[in-house]
Amino acid sequence: MSKRHLLALFSNFDEAEAVVKELRKIRIQGFNAEKDMIVKSPIEHPEVEGFLGDKPVRVQWFTLGGALAGGLLAFFLISGSQANFFAQLKGGKPIVPFPPNFVLTYEMFILGGVYISVLGFLICAGLPARRSPLYSAKVSEDQIGILVQADESASSTLKSIFTKHQALEIQEEAGK
Amino acid sequence: MKDIREDIAWAKINKDVLKSLENPRKLYWVILLIAIAMVGVAVGCEIYQYNTGMGVSYKNNTHVWGLYIATFIFWIGMSHSGTLLSAILHLMHADWRKPIYRFAEAMTTFSLMTAGLFVAVHLGRVWQIYYALPYPNGRMVWPNFQSPLLWDAMAIFTYLSSSILFLYVGMIPDLAICRDNMNPGWRKKLYTALSLGWEGTDRQWRNFRVTYLTIACFLIPLAVSVHSIVASDFAMSQQPGWHITSFPPYFVAGALYSGCAAIITLFIILRYVFKFEEYMTLPILKKIVRLTFAIAMVWTYLNLIEYASVWYGHEQAAKDVLIQKATGPYAPFWWMMNFLGSIVPLTLFFKRFQTHIPLLFAVSLLLNMGMWLERWMIVAPTFSHGYYPWTWDHDQWPSLIQWGIVFGSFGWFTLLFMVFCKVFPSVSMYEVKEMVYHRSQATKKLEATAKLAAAGLNAEKGGAH
Repeated sequence: MSKRHLLALFSNFDEAEAVVKELRKIRIQGFNAEKDMIVKSPIEHPEVEGFLGDKPVRVQWFTLGGALAGGLLAFFLISGSQANFFAQLKGGKPIVPFPPNFVLTYEMFILGGVYISVLGFLICAGLPARRSPLYSAKVSEDQIGILVQADESASSTLKSIFTKHQALEIQEEAGK
Repeated sequence: MKDIREDIAWAKINKDVLKSLENPRKLYWVILLIAIAMVGVAVGCEIYQYNTGMGVSYKNNTHVWGLYIATFIFWIGMSHSGTLLSAILHLMHADWRKPIYRFAEAMTTFSLMTAGLFVAVHLGRVWQIYYALPYPNGRMVWPNFQSPLLWDAMAIFTYLSSSILFLYVGMIPDLAICRDNMNPGWRKKLYTALSLGWEGTDRQWRNFRVTYLTIACFLIPLAVSVHSIVASDFAMSQQPGWHITSFPPYFVAGALYSGCAAIITLFIILRYVFKFEEYMTLPILKKIVRLTFAIAMVWTYLNLIEYASVWYGHEQAAKDVLIQKATGPYAPFWWMMNFLGSIVPLTLFFKRFQTHIPLLFAVSLLLNMGMWLERWMIVAPTFSHGYYPWTWDHDQWPSLIQWGIVFGSFGWFTLLFMVFCKVFPSVSMYEVKEMVYHRSQATKKLEATAKLAAAGLNAEKGGAH
């Protein structure tokens, strides 16, 4: 059966929360609330995460990897070049001096951490992204959007739920 | 008085900020033209210096650093307040920073870019700038990784690129707002490309929050390390008056101080030019002023510590430099630096001056003049009166070429900053919405609690009767 996208716009978070809760509870053929529902909001709202439930964020792992890789790369690059002591005579001083090397290691630790965190953010947030099948500029202004994907047969049930919770606007488009 | 009105409609926030991208006051164009003229002066001076040689700057074997390095430190310092406002206050949940942190971050980026130019200008032989980078040179020998000058290059590169990423990542939701509201044209294309298809989904916000927080956590130690390393350029040398343990914190305090003063200046300019009176409010200005006053006092303390370290350290050469600063040819500038840095900020202590815009504008400029003099007074007197009497040169005065390039750097910074504010939203729309939303929710809760308490009291009274 062909899938259909629906986007409902709400004026506040309470209504959006009520819709999400109802969509989670209700059993509709060809609709899985966990997979087929996306909430869009104009601000970062902790309550959205609250009512959507815990979802893992993995950016920190990128951060850890990037920072460690940056620090290690710096340390071994510097030490490697210092170990070329035939070219740089050390006059009895340590060939690989740890305290001054720590400074650049520290800088590269941060550099790697920041760069790879941003890369991790792009990967985890799915950016750059193509436009959703339905999008309203109102979401970046002052309204909360709930985008659902469901079988064609479920669309009237979903619409009635949105209408019940005072959706300001419902957009509909045939999906693939 | 509240930091911001809680009943501002979110659509109005978008409209007001987007208007700033199109219709600034005429003063904007005046500032831009002046900035371009100043840059023209600097470019002319640099071309002349490049063609004629470094001799035209009057730098010599004694005065090898001059105004260029003093101004380089000044611009590096200026960048720190952006990190203070956007990263430190973000971690401390000080939400009053939200309407003003974007331009402070931009200030960080552009002041670092301006500082970077001085390395090239100072070198003279700009085509050999790659020697300053960790790169194996022609003799297969890597640069000296134990030199603070190399640390500087790495630290500034890290700080600049991380600040650009921090600024960009934090701006993505606002770029999407611009994309959604602009008429077709080059701006729409630019915002569409830069917003990366942001739609404000729960997945995007969740990852955005963690990333922003993570970069903020990295930026704080980075900012401290950058200016500590700049301080190490001096403190790790054996020159009299520089070999002082308190130099790194002294430099960091000076950096935050000049940056906060610059934020006051730019706050006042942007508030007027882009008609941001509703977002850049007087209560927020008051908070920045108080912060600046506190940092000014920290700087004053560290400045006195520096004098005390030299005086009681009993190293005669360092003591001589200090005496020479106070009584020699640099005395007028040294005393002015102390007056502007430690006495002028005392005006900020008085409540009635904390929101007096014309006075604050003048004071913020004077504070930055004091901070620029501070950097000059660190660099020049030590060179003029070093360990060896045969190297003393007390009468050197920087040439017009040096002054021209320094003067033009202020134009360069202003030009970059003003162009940024016209192309990108200088007030964070989504964060102002968050601020308004959370504050209105808190007020509603308070009112509900008060009503409940009043109802409880009435019930108790009824019961007693």
